[in-house]
Amino acid sequence: MPPVEPGVQYADLEQQSETAQLGMWVFIATEVLFFGALIATYVLYRASYPAQFRIAGHDSLILLGSINQAILVTSSLTMVLAIRAARLADRRALVRLLLATAALGFAFIGVKGYEYARDAASHSVPVIDFVFKHGYRAPAELFWTFYFIATGIHAVHLSIGIVLVLILAARAARGAFTPLYHAPLEVVGLYWSFVDCVWFFLFACIYPLGRAGI
Amino acid sequence: MSATALELPASYLTEENTIGSWLLTRDHKRIAMMFFCSITFFFFIGGIAATLIRLHLLSPAGAFLQPETYNRLFTMHGIVMVWFFLIPSIPATLGNFLLPLMIGARDLAFPRLNLFSWYLFNTSGLLAVYFLFVGGVDTGWTFYTPYSTLFSNGHVIAAAVAVFINGFSTIATALNFVVTTHKLRAPGMTWFRLPLFVWAIYATSIIMLLATPVLAMTLALIALERLMGIGVFDPQLGGDPLLFQHMFWFYSHPAVYIMVLPAMGVVSEIITCFARRPVFGYRGMCYALITIAVIGFFVWGHHMFTSGISLLSAVVFSMMTFIVAVPSAIKVFNWTVTLHNARIQFDAPMLYALGFIGLFTLGGLTGLVLGTLSSDVHLQDTYFVVAHFHFIMVGGTVSAYFGGLHYWWSKITGRHYPEIWGRFAAILMFVGFNLTFLPQFILGYLGMPRRYYTYSTDLQTWNVLSSAGASILAVAYLLPLFYLTWSLIWGRKADDNPWHATGLEWLTASPPPAHNFLRTPRVTEGPYRYDPRDGSYVSQDGVFHA
Repeated sequence: MPPVEPGVQYADLEQQSETAQLGMWVFIATEVLFFGALIATYVLYRASYPAQFRIAGHDSLILLGSINQAILVTSSLTMVLAIRAARLADRRALVRLLLATAALGFAFIGVKGYEYARDAASHSVPVIDFVFKHGYRAPAELFWTFYFIATGIHAVHLSIGIVLVLILAARAARGAFTPLYHAPLEVVGLYWSFVDCVWFFLFACIYPLGRAGI
Repeated sequence: MSATALELPASYLTEENTIGSWLLTRDHKRIAMMFFCSITFFFFIGGIAATLIRLHLLSPAGAFLQPETYNRLFTMHGIVMVWFFLIPSIPATLGNFLLPLMIGARDLAFPRLNLFSWYLFNTSGLLAVYFLFVGGVDTGWTFYTPYSTLFSNGHVIAAAVAVFINGFSTIATALNFVVTTHKLRAPGMTWFRLPLFVWAIYATSIIMLLATPVLAMTLALIALERLMGIGVFDPQLGGDPLLFQHMFWFYSHPAVYIMVLPAMGVVSEIITCFARRPVFGYRGMCYALITIAVIGFFVWGHHMFTSGISLLSAVVFSMMTFIVAVPSAIKVFNWTVTLHNARIQFDAPMLYALGFIGLFTLGGLTGLVLGTLSSDVHLQDTYFVVAHFHFIMVGGTVSAYFGGLHYWWSKITGRHYPEIWGRFAAILMFVGFNLTFLPQFILGYLGMPRRYYTYSTDLQTWNVLSSAGASILAVAYLLPLFYLTWSLIWGRKADDNPWHATGLEWLTASPPPAHNFLRTPRVTEGPYRYDPRDGSYVSQDGVFHA
């Protein structure tokens, strides 16, 4: 591989790498506000209709949500280990860890899909197929609306992350990354961990509610 | 001299001139020019809608438009002007062109993202204009629920999607500016040596980054609500229409500062250059910009005083509104003190800048009248509001935009604009603007509601005055289109620093070469080291010029 040259606007690769990472941090800041607006909406309606949200929240599938939580946290670990492998110039470990990260991402999507199917089977899809069961009134539907919008947008973000990680894995297999040049790994790693963090908040909003008496 | 001049590399304009070299360029200067062409197009689309509205209001019964058409026209005017002209106006053109030059960088941090932003912008703009023409939207640019979700006919979803995509363009550009300012400053260019224009663009970008995503989510919810009836803003399903107003104004009030902060940056550059004095209170000006950006996030409720928010929150939002006026006033006072006892040169950019100060001050003061709870009850949703925000956005931002365009025209194109025409257009714009919008303050005070297509006959005099002013304003906006285009070919050639200004952008050639500087400048001085006694100045690389 020929040595990687920095872009014309940069003095060296280190400046380019720092700049790229700052760019991702700034993007994450905008994403926080994007998800923040949705979560704020949820918090407001939850405060307005505590009883209805508790009843509806109790019907969410906490076992599947918890499995997904574990999957995503593990995937962040494999992502970080991948960056370490790049620093140690261990190409084989790098590729394997990136593939493991993508596989865990797929596993999350798979579990999520199964969970959606179970939700649909219990007629909890607002507008399309929604049954007002055991004590549901109108605001309970809002809970499920939030559930589908939030987890849906999260799944879109995660899918983008999987594509990015697979591209990185292909580049890594060709030996594109060295201990000196692996900025794209750092940048995608930031994004991946952010998507993981979002799930922490969504999990807390959706599943424990109605179970812990809160 | 001429021998070395021949060895200079070609400018960014002449380097390579195929259509492909423009459409695929990563040069921030070319992308700025492309943004300039795009927003000029949208400016005239929005302007045509405004012209039709003012013509219609010549007669109390309404001159020629159907009510439905009238609603669609003011919606189109608002959507196009806010998102496709004012928000990108100064940042995407002058900011894109000048920010790397002013900090001594060879380009923005992410040139491809910059180009992508232009494509997103045009996609969203053409989408919006297409749907506004084929069916239109009658909600006003504010998309208030439940009207927009349950009752309105027209392409609400398409318009929301267009504005949603436009938001990505805004975010991409702002992200580029913030990262570039942090990471690509030339050696010696410390934060407190940055020109105020850079500070202004930086503060603006922060607002864009933090406010736009909320609008994106709000528009997504609106589109879903209209498409599927999910009930987020529908009271029958437990939703709260007022929540929409909160979320919308959480973006749209800071958006006002997205429009006016860059204008303040432009005016700061022009005032100090043509007064030949250092700007008064440089650090105070920096802090004021950041303070406005921060406090601007906590005043959105003043749009909702009559919407049914609690008295406590109304009082808090009213107080925050008064507080945000303080840093704005600091800026006005500092410009005024900079002018005090100065030997002022009244070139066209300075005329625009002076116009800005007057119009912005009046716009700001009337904002306080609206921020006061008691008077807002009377004036809410009247022409007083229309006049107030046009003073800020048109009198303020558009004046500064034209001022900046004239000030940096020689740097951008390498040609001088015809000075006499520039001054004439600046004065005409000021006169036309005041004649258009001063009567609207009175109309609002007399109780004429905004967005009505008829009005009571005793208000006709003021409406005719306003429409007459609008026709003058239209001429004043068309003039630069002609003489600036003319100057591209026949204008006098400009040297590197025709205004004898201190910034780094004036150290390089006019127009600059592809990567801005042949050698990265070393910065040893703060900006604006103008000597008021003899007109000499020290440019930011430490060189004294007599």
